[in-house]
Amino acid sequence: MDVLDILGLSLQQAFGPTAIILCLAAIGLNVHFGYAGLLNFGQAGFMAVAGYAMATTVTIFSSSLLVGVLWGFVLTILFALLLGAPTLRLRADYLAIVTIAASEIVRQSIGAAAFSDKLGGQDGVTNFISGFRNLNPYTGRKGIPGLVTWSAYDSWVMTVGWSLVAISCLIVWLLMRSPWGRVMKSIREDEDAVRSLGKNVYYYKMQALIIGGLFGALAGYMTAFRSAVVGPSFFATDVTFFAYTALLIGGAARVLGPVVGAAIFWFLLTALGIFFSQATTGSDPLIPTWIMSSTQASLMRFIFLGLGLMLLMIFRPQGIFGDRRELAIDAR
Amino acid sequence: MHTPRSRLAVFSSTLIVAVVGILSLIGPAQAVSSSPAGATKACQYEPHEDDLIHVKGCLRDERKTPPAPVAGVDVTVSDSSGAEIGTSTTDESGVFDIPLADSPIKLLGKEFTIRIDEDSLPEGAGLRNPEQVELTITLKTTSDQSVIFPIGDPLAGSEGKLVQAAQLLVGGLVFSSLLAMASLGLSMIFGTTGLTNFAHGELITFGAIVAYSVDKLPGSLSVAGTDITVVVGVVLAFVLSGLFGWANDAALWRPLRSRGTGVIAMMIVSIGLSIFLRNVYQFFTGAQARNLSQYSSVTPWEFGPILVTPKEVAVFLIAMSTLFAATWLLGHTRLGKATRAVADNPALSASTGINVERVISIVWIAGTALTGLSGALLALTQGFDYQIGFKILLLVFAAVVLGGLGTIWGAIVGAFIIGLFTELTTLFVPAEFKFVGALLVLILVLLWRPQGLLGKAQRVG
Repeated sequence: MDVLDILGLSLQQAFGPTAIILCLAAIGLNVHFGYAGLLNFGQAGFMAVAGYAMATTVTIFSSSLLVGVLWGFVLTILFALLLGAPTLRLRADYLAIVTIAASEIVRQSIGAAAFSDKLGGQDGVTNFISGFRNLNPYTGRKGIPGLVTWSAYDSWVMTVGWSLVAISCLIVWLLMRSPWGRVMKSIREDEDAVRSLGKNVYYYKMQALIIGGLFGALAGYMTAFRSAVVGPSFFATDVTFFAYTALLIGGAARVLGPVVGAAIFWFLLTALGIFFSQATTGSDPLIPTWIMSSTQASLMRFIFLGLGLMLLMIFRPQGIFGDRRELAIDAR
Repeated sequence: MHTPRSRLAVFSSTLIVAVVGILSLIGPAQAVSSSPAGATKACQYEPHEDDLIHVKGCLRDERKTPPAPVAGVDVTVSDSSGAEIGTSTTDESGVFDIPLADSPIKLLGKEFTIRIDEDSLPEGAGLRNPEQVELTITLKTTSDQSVIFPIGDPLAGSEGKLVQAAQLLVGGLVFSSLLAMASLGLSMIFGTTGLTNFAHGELITFGAIVAYSVDKLPGSLSVAGTDITVVVGVVLAFVLSGLFGWANDAALWRPLRSRGTGVIAMMIVSIGLSIFLRNVYQFFTGAQARNLSQYSSVTPWEFGPILVTPKEVAVFLIAMSTLFAATWLLGHTRLGKATRAVADNPALSASTGINVERVISIVWIAGTALTGLSGALLALTQGFDYQIGFKILLLVFAAVVLGGLGTIWGAIVGAFIIGLFTELTTLFVPAEFKFVGALLVLILVLLWRPQGLLGKAQRVG
């Protein structure tokens, strides 16, 4: 058991590119769920649409990454309109079912063998990253030597990623202290009251869905930058649920909730993973093999994750920073 | 409330008798195909110990009764690029068995072509469909793949779209009936508690796990010479799932209801439960897909060009009679009426003297028992893996929303539409899009009729 090892690798994940992706996805969900009360279970779909749009702009249309980013935003907005139109007038659980269904439609379509000549099937799209990689100013590993370091490319991804997180948080903060944000929160609390004040609840919800989706698009871009490839396996439905867990850890309806939540989420998930993997390997493992093998040990962190999400929602739905009164969420 | 209880008992015992009866029908059918007639024994599959996917099949001359095995025929498997992966020659029982030498996970989604060498067919024998010398399969699961090359007199005209459609209809009906049981379970629980349970897929898997575990226990159970291990497994899946549903409600959902937890919060809790259970299942059963020991390869009956296995008929009959019994109980017993009253308005039913919590508890037991039974039968038809329920969760949701959330008949009608739609669309689009099509239908229906086909036209938002 090497505690320093666990600490170092967990910190690497907690501040590394994976946490940034989760953080941006959770910021989007914060706009949807935390502020507007929309239960979007298809954030992975928004990420997939944007990530693939950017990658294919470069590979298929031989255009630049910047054009790809803009095109990704356009498609994300269209996707949000498409999802919102049938469901935003309905009860919350309809939006949940339709968004999760739509994200699966996207994932299964982009991975389909029928489109594999353009989209690469299950392997995904590659060879679009050079424009981003060439801008990398770093050389050598960065970080605190002996505890946690990141490769030059990861450092570059992190610089861009955390800047995006900072800008996103600023945007959310500005939005939510504006009159628009106050209408948004009152829709979450009592949408009939807002309606009686003459506001068009449907349009406000649609705007929230689009804005949250655009943050999801940023998460999709970061997924593409981190791995230099976009594939259907990066956008499974579990990604959305991980983002929800991160959001609920930090506290929904708080600007910094998703940021803290994502870091803590990856720290705990990695620490648990390494702990169980170390505890079951070696000649005299801490946990004997008749209790669990190392394959089974790799599942323990997800068992804890599921348990944690349940307990969190039951006993502390406001997370670390949240306000319980503000999150007396219920179906509308 | 004595009558409903005894009716429930009568219903459960009838169901058990029905399952035993119908599944044991398959027994004799198997016995005939493997009757000890010396060298003409047909289709003796050797079990294999390795974890590879095997492509196997059995060549039999259908002109003879019983169909005679065709030996010495060369069969080749090649991958999508045309490279040859393995060859085999059918043995004296007509069986060929070609392992695919790669880890099963890597092979998922890949296409393989199985080609039969016409020149090696014995004198006078030919394929019934002369154009079908090769078959292309796409690996969807990591269980063994069996392929069929019927040998006999050439059919008048090769398979048209209509025959294909009829064949798909058979598979679609079987799948729909299982989907309907799972959907009815979800819809009943939603109707009485308002919970959109994202862990419902894991309730399906629970039934499959019970059936699978009973099958894997050492030894086998038999009555009067017929092996009934799997039958007992299916019945136990029904019973234990009911218990599991009760435990779910008593340990988790009832305390949450009494705390006044909101519906959205409960939905997120159910997601946590789904992740938790799915990984616990994988912890104990592993990630490999496996077939149950019995009924994995049975000789199909032929109705003209359409092949129907006795297993499909048995599963369909069990599912339909269970559905019929469940809807009858809901419609005609006091308990059923109480259930519908609670679904309509819990507060009002409580004030008329209905014990709402007790009704909800029974709905959880009955709903989960139905769901578990569907999982066990699903494992019987397509093999077991730990995600068997999670994979069809969205189809269950689609069925329930399509029919109308919380309605009884809606869930069943929706399930048949979704189930048949997923199978029949493979006529026109590649099979990999069949789920996509069903989910698109869901979204389109919400645009046009948000309350579902059979839902009451009320304001839902």
